[in-house]
Amino acid sequence: MAATSTTAEPTRRDFIYIATGAVAAVGAAAAAWPLIDQMNPSSAVLALASIEVDLTPIQVGQSITVKFRGHPLFVRRRSAKEIAAAKAVAVSELPDPLARNENLPDDAPATDANREIKAEWLIVSGVCTHLGCTPNAFEGDFGGWLCHCHGSMYDTAGRIRKGPAPQNLAIPTYSFLSDQRIKVG
Amino acid sequence: MRFALPLGLLLGLALSVPAAAAVGDRAPLKHVDWSFEGPFGTFDRADLQHGFQVYKEVCSACHSLNRVAFHTLSEEGGPGFSEAQMKAIAAGYKVLAGPNDKGDTVDDKGNPLTRPGIPADHFPPPFPNEEAARAANGGALPPDLSIIEKARVGGPDYVYSIITGFGQKPPAGFKVTDGKYYNPYFLGWNISMPQPLTDNQVTFVDGAPAKIEDEAKAVVTFLAWTSEPHLEDRHRMGLGVMVFLIVLSGLLYLSYRRVWKDAH
Amino acid sequence: MSGQSTYVPQTGFTRWLDSRLPIVRFAHDTMLTFPTPRNLNFWYAFGAILTFCLGVQIVTGIVLAMHYVPNENMAFDSVENIMRDVNYGWLLRYVHANGASMFFLAVYVHMFRGLYYGSYKAPREILWILGVLIYLLMVITAFMGYVLPWGQMSFWAATVITNLFSSLDQISGGLKVGTHVATWLWGGFAVGDPTLNRFFSLHYLLPFVIAAVVGLHIWALHVPGNNNPLGIDVKGPQDSLPFHPYYTTKDAFYVGLFAILFAVLVFYAPEFVGNPDNNIPANPLVTPADIVPEWYLLPFYAMLRSIPQKLIGVIVLGGAILTLAFIPWLDTSRVRSNRFRPLMKQFFWVFVVDCLVLGYCGSQSVDASLHLGGIEVSLVWIARIGTAYYYAFFWVLMPVIGLIETPKPLPDSIAKSVLGPAE
Repeated sequence: MAATSTTAEPTRRDFIYIATGAVAAVGAAAAAWPLIDQMNPSSAVLALASIEVDLTPIQVGQSITVKFRGHPLFVRRRSAKEIAAAKAVAVSELPDPLARNENLPDDAPATDANREIKAEWLIVSGVCTHLGCTPNAFEGDFGGWLCHCHGSMYDTAGRIRKGPAPQNLAIPTYSFLSDQRIKVG
Repeated sequence: MRFALPLGLLLGLALSVPAAAAVGDRAPLKHVDWSFEGPFGTFDRADLQHGFQVYKEVCSACHSLNRVAFHTLSEEGGPGFSEAQMKAIAAGYKVLAGPNDKGDTVDDKGNPLTRPGIPADHFPPPFPNEEAARAANGGALPPDLSIIEKARVGGPDYVYSIITGFGQKPPAGFKVTDGKYYNPYFLGWNISMPQPLTDNQVTFVDGAPAKIEDEAKAVVTFLAWTSEPHLEDRHRMGLGVMVFLIVLSGLLYLSYRRVWKDAH
Repeated sequence: MSGQSTYVPQTGFTRWLDSRLPIVRFAHDTMLTFPTPRNLNFWYAFGAILTFCLGVQIVTGIVLAMHYVPNENMAFDSVENIMRDVNYGWLLRYVHANGASMFFLAVYVHMFRGLYYGSYKAPREILWILGVLIYLLMVITAFMGYVLPWGQMSFWAATVITNLFSSLDQISGGLKVGTHVATWLWGGFAVGDPTLNRFFSLHYLLPFVIAAVVGLHIWALHVPGNNNPLGIDVKGPQDSLPFHPYYTTKDAFYVGLFAILFAVLVFYAPEFVGNPDNNIPANPLVTPADIVPEWYLLPFYAMLRSIPQKLIGVIVLGGAILTLAFIPWLDTSRVRSNRFRPLMKQFFWVFVVDCLVLGYCGSQSVDASLHLGGIEVSLVWIARIGTAYYYAFFWVLMPVIGLIETPKPLPDSIAKSVLGPAE
């Protein structure tokens, strides 16, 4: 005799099938997770998610480029003139009034003080906020950086002053481990 | 009856014995009940840390550990160093540095430029290349130890037997090659490595006993971890998967029987 | 048996789809209502188990390929990266490597089942030959896959097997066809980086070719319908049951049991079927003490090594697989299933033991020997006897036994046999 069709409410026979289906579905989801998670950054990649930079070899007025999470990071030891030039600018003059500093709240204004922890050291992402090129230091009209791709110019606090870039250069999370050593990321 | 012929053949095969052992064949391995063996095995944390110390103070003079990154020392399932301890260990090593601003890769004395290790670095090798390693070891190449216990039949028992198997008298008539040492656990009985461990060669920070067997047990456990850092993950997940599959198979069986009940 | 489709689309959308691309009808007819003999036993679940294995290998293979680097300087390291750094990489790698072994375990059971129940006999000859083709593709895929980690065994197994082609020099005189073929396979003068790269490309490709041939295999199955343990034809609807829910649930249960065995390997003995030498990076200048293929190729390896002459050895090896394609015409019996063939049945089980013995011989070193009741017998001679029986089973026993044996009387029908006499 063939199996009769089930009634509207789950009978005892249906319960077995529902239970089996549910357990199988949980298993399928559990099996799918490693297949998805394997694409997330591996521990080798994550080990480089945070870097430490030794500041001792950097001279006053010098800017170095370090690789951080696959992108350039500018570490610039600003001279007194550069600091003064940055502080002299009113936020209202800036095309982008926000600090773009991961160490501060999102709405912090782009005053020079909000762009670093210690005035002498400017730590800023080397990715132009227009289309991602790497700007050149000590070029452009504002003493900061000039991006040769489309002419964006940044000042000595890494803020956009002229050109198509919409935002100030981003400042990543960082802290001073000592006077001469920072940890970024 | 129908199985008589094939069963007979199988029985004959089972009753037959492999031919007698020849000179140079490996001696039966010493067996230790390792904490990480068996379906619920885990690494003994103290053994891992002691073992790391043994590797660092004794073995690393000749043997590299190329595939192990410093950051794994503080990760779950491993020796369990704190992040600060791990960073200090890394910084204690000199790692090859890239060219400096002038483009030099060596200093004025001709030594390669180095920098302190960071967590992302791997253990630097004791020799810059295979040729240097051979030159320093009488022509023999000390193997990298990262996966040694998966790369030898017998795994941990083999490594343990080798490093505690020195000092025995070779059988009469067997000549030990010049520059080599007698070790019955090594194929051919002539091993290039001198006895690596002696009693209390390493002083464990926590004062644990350090006889040869203790040092060997520690370093074998450490090398079992370097060979398989995810062993504890594997055992843990295995338990969950087995329970799940047994439950699921049980439910599948009940569904199958339910469906087939009306078929006969 | 292909009959009339009983699918009736229930909604507007399914009616619309059915008149444009009857894919739901196709699934319904082949996987839901398909009439399947009601007496299929455990041995018949391995088709579904094999489909599960193919799926697992393809899925794990694709994600592993996201991290693997097919370059001789980086391959071994990339596998170590997978084992150590990639999230769940160790799990994916162990599933893929042990999955290959499980795949072959299942395919051997599946093939022995076909031999025992006469599933290769008319009208299923093409079905059987497609199966042999799938098996051959599996062997090639597994061989290339084993080379990819670029361990000592990867490299040297590749060297030994690709060197076999150079034996063709013996029959091509000055043309040196064999050397040219080997050079062409290698992309150089020996196994090296070009070899590794092309093996990766082909290892990625062939599983999809296998999937396509599996599609043909199932199509060829569905024309006459499944064979069954009695070996007698389905005579009407009383002899069969719809594939769903009867065989979907039954197969699912056996896949579950298979997964338990698979999980035991992956989680508790992941290196058990492997060779420790493959955890040593490949070194073209140092040959391992014993070059051994993975267990599923050991019987053929034993056959190859039992013949001292290289070219003959290659022919014996190739012939052993090629022989399988001729089976539908070698067996002269009018009765399909060994259940009713008392004489053939015994030779079948001897054949099974023979394959195991050959496998054992393949696993030992060339000069190994056994003490059988006081005499020392070299394994090479055991392998020669084993090879002789292998060939004799197909080329002598199958034709002859079918003619001389008296089969047991067959039941009237499947239904009568399963359900008992009608009420």
